[in-house]
Amino acid sequence: MLQSIFDDVRRMNKRQFLYQVLSFGMIVSSALMIWKGLMVVTGSESPIVVVLSGSMEPAFHRGDLLFLTNYQDEPVRVGEIVVFKVEGRDIPIVHRVLKLHEKGDQNNTVKFLTKGDNNSVDDRGLYAPGQLWLTHKDVVGRARGFLPYVGMVTIYMNEYPKFKYAVLACLGLYVLVHRE
Amino acid sequence: MHTVLTRGNAILAYTLSVSACLTFCCFLSTVFIDYRANATLNTVKVIVKNVPDYSASREKNDLGYLTFDLKTDFLHLTPLFNWNVKQLFLYLTAEYQTQNNEFNQVVVWDKIVLRGDNAALDFKNMNTKYYFWDDGKGLRGNKNITLTLSWNIIPNAGLLPSVSALGSHTFAFPSEYTTLRV
Repeated sequence: MLQSIFDDVRRMNKRQFLYQVLSFGMIVSSALMIWKGLMVVTGSESPIVVVLSGSMEPAFHRGDLLFLTNYQDEPVRVGEIVVFKVEGRDIPIVHRVLKLHEKGDQNNTVKFLTKGDNNSVDDRGLYAPGQLWLTHKDVVGRARGFLPYVGMVTIYMNEYPKFKYAVLACLGLYVLVHRE
Repeated sequence: MHTVLTRGNAILAYTLSVSACLTFCCFLSTVFIDYRANATLNTVKVIVKNVPDYSASREKNDLGYLTFDLKTDFLHLTPLFNWNVKQLFLYLTAEYQTQNNEFNQVVVWDKIVLRGDNAALDFKNMNTKYYFWDDGKGLRGNKNITLTLSWNIIPNAGLLPSVSALGSHTFAFPSEYTTLRV
């Protein structure tokens, strides 16, 4: 198997090799384009997130995929599932809005409180010290679509970095060597 | 070129594309379904107190207390469950206006109904699940509090729509604070 791969590489000339490198670059850049394009279309800084905790069970389990939008002109309402970031925590949290107070002034000041479906208390204990409410600037996006299990791959990759490098190496080698 | 690796690769790729296609068909088959339904709501006991909110600012805020009747049937009258509904998240929202805030929404009760659970609900004199704190002192004598039942549909794969029930209930808080324990 390996022998045949190296034979393939040896048989390539310079132009063919360059062509393979370019097509590899195409794949990487088109993935980046899709991600950035989704950011523009959805208005969210991270349009797809993976659920990392069981705090929304039985709706969302670890490894489920959520599609987010974050349109500023659509007001947040109670019952929506928001993804928010808290100061001092790297990982965004996916929880449901349970209380909301809207001032209705020019700045359109809205404050809201969230809670995980599977948690018995609200999220004030998770917020930054002294923070009682979330506002629009904490929100990364609001859950609009759901796809189960697919995010499990990224969880494995983050938990076992060696697995990640192995997968990346295999993919890279395959694209560089494979000839159509 | 029929090594174990190529065959395994072909099987894996084919399985993945078939399951992706089936998932998409499942999503398409339920995306246009109308999930609206009726619900009958009523409040039984309504009082309001003015006590310090230790969970938030520790200032004295209005705390509403209510018990309610709720009757709805997602099983026989308007079946909401289909092959792409994993769970309903029911929540009862109180919506009102105060001097402090133009628009307030407080969820006072919620319930998770999984597929296969009994979805014909008939509650009498139910207590709320969460405290009904106002952001200030806007509940006493408030004449226009609207209770609405809504549900968030969690699919096996697809969109996450939120739907409000067709019936809602409007009630008023009394104009005097209750000082007795409840």
